[in-house]
Amino acid sequence: MIVSNPTINSLKKLKDSIYLLECVSPELAEISQPGQFFNIKINETLFPLLRRPFSICDIQGDSIFFMFEIHGEGTRQLAAKEKGETLDLIGPLGNGFELEGDYKTAVIIAGGIGTAPFPLLTKRLKGKKEILTFIGARDGNSVSTYGLENYSISTDDGSVGFHGTVLQNFVNSLPDIDKSRIKVFACGPNAMLRELQKMVNHYDLDCQISTECAMACGFGICQGCPVESHNGDKYLLVCSDGPVFNAREIKL
Amino acid sequence: MNRDLDFTVKIGNLTLKNPVILASGTAGYGFEISKFIDLSEIGAIVTKSISLKPRKGNPPQRIVETPSGMLNSIGLANIGLDLFISEKIPFLKSTGTTIICNIAASSVEEYKEVAKELDSEEAIAALEINVSCPNVKDGGLIFGNDINLVRKITEEVRCVTKKTIIIKLSPNVSKISDFALAAKEGGADAVSAINTLVGTTFDIWTRKPKINMVTGGLSGPAIRPVALAKVLEIRRNVEIDIIGIGGITEWKDGIEFMIAGANAFQIGTINFVNPKAAPEILTGLSDYCNKMKIKKVRELTGSYIL
Repeated sequence: MIVSNPTINSLKKLKDSIYLLECVSPELAEISQPGQFFNIKINETLFPLLRRPFSICDIQGDSIFFMFEIHGEGTRQLAAKEKGETLDLIGPLGNGFELEGDYKTAVIIAGGIGTAPFPLLTKRLKGKKEILTFIGARDGNSVSTYGLENYSISTDDGSVGFHGTVLQNFVNSLPDIDKSRIKVFACGPNAMLRELQKMVNHYDLDCQISTECAMACGFGICQGCPVESHNGDKYLLVCSDGPVFNAREIKL
Repeated sequence: MNRDLDFTVKIGNLTLKNPVILASGTAGYGFEISKFIDLSEIGAIVTKSISLKPRKGNPPQRIVETPSGMLNSIGLANIGLDLFISEKIPFLKSTGTTIICNIAASSVEEYKEVAKELDSEEAIAALEINVSCPNVKDGGLIFGNDINLVRKITEEVRCVTKKTIIIKLSPNVSKISDFALAAKEGGADAVSAINTLVGTTFDIWTRKPKINMVTGGLSGPAIRPVALAKVLEIRRNVEIDIIGIGGITEWKDGIEFMIAGANAFQIGTINFVNPKAAPEILTGLSDYCNKMKIKKVRELTGSYIL
């Protein structure tokens, strides 16, 4: 967990409002793991005041990539950055995905900008596990396939791929999958993750979910990002206990 | 850092090596922030509020960003007195910093009981009393809004400890200097001012508050002018040591609080954004004193020219 100021090397528009930002830091590229995140200060002024958390999307050589969708003032300003400017980062933060395990196929389920952490995960699992990816989005303009492999797309409006939700698409494919030999890695809106948690129990799946929550510090002191434990006896923190949890561990 | 500069300040009988203090709830119990800064260089750390029993805290959404500030409603989530003593004090002690323990409670008796327990903990230099807590016996009204209760809590805590007592005042009152006077009369050594301002914000599409508990405490640079005015009001009306708090983000802000009347100051929200803010502020303060030919940093306190 360090504060650093790497230089931006590229900023690409991938889709309508989805961007890919590359910055160079050999040190961070070496230690960052899929599912971890960085808390980014967008500018030096007091507006926006707080940092914004972004999961690590990809690593290539000395470069770290962040994928983001324009959502508010912070991401709007981030999308206006230029090559050569520096970023103010704290991280890598949190616990990433547990890649080890006795499974044959990694099933990735990504809703919307929830695809962000999976290019790096895909890279780390390639050649070791089979990979099956389900991508869901509102419409064709918000589907990002960057860095993903062997994917099946679904859209809410049916403009691209399966007409329906990413989870319906996944369930339709279940008869063809050996459920005892898979591990599910998921990221997306809470509504999607809640539905997925029901499936995890119903089909008895091994599943890790990456959660998101507004937060201030990102390293466990502000207590602003609680998520309830499965039996409701305590709050865990998305930033330092997560953001990746076993799907059975928390109540969303 | 200038070696000739006397950085020490006094809060009651307690001498701090410098006036920069980490505010309660913005530095946890020291562990996380110690990965960024050397705590032994800081004037003091105020712990997250400790209550007699552990508190789970409020459900999300607990925080929301506002223009140059944030609203929070954490709900005093903490590990409780016993675990604080057994698990957190040893680490805090090892950092070599001055430890101020912030106490939260839901009854006058609870304040007294926690203070009594902590009195025997040598590592704790001072107690900061968070009176912005709901009084369970009185339907959840905030202690800090009732001047008689602020006096009563201070008296009760004074009875059980010889440690420095700091009352953290709420700004959500008609005249804060009256509350500072009540704290002084109750036996407090100092007041810290200000705690957060009550605020809210709505999502216009769902028409729901953006924070689960409807209202939260506003902190950050947005509240700084209000906090400065409160510090000045107390300084001009009551003879008591003041720890200024409210939206300090850099060295200039800390100096402004001292000029307005603060003996020391706490930095809060900025720790979330820049966990290295405290040592940066110390460096800036030192450079300022050099430039202004100030030999003792405490000369700044109340040095305003009106």
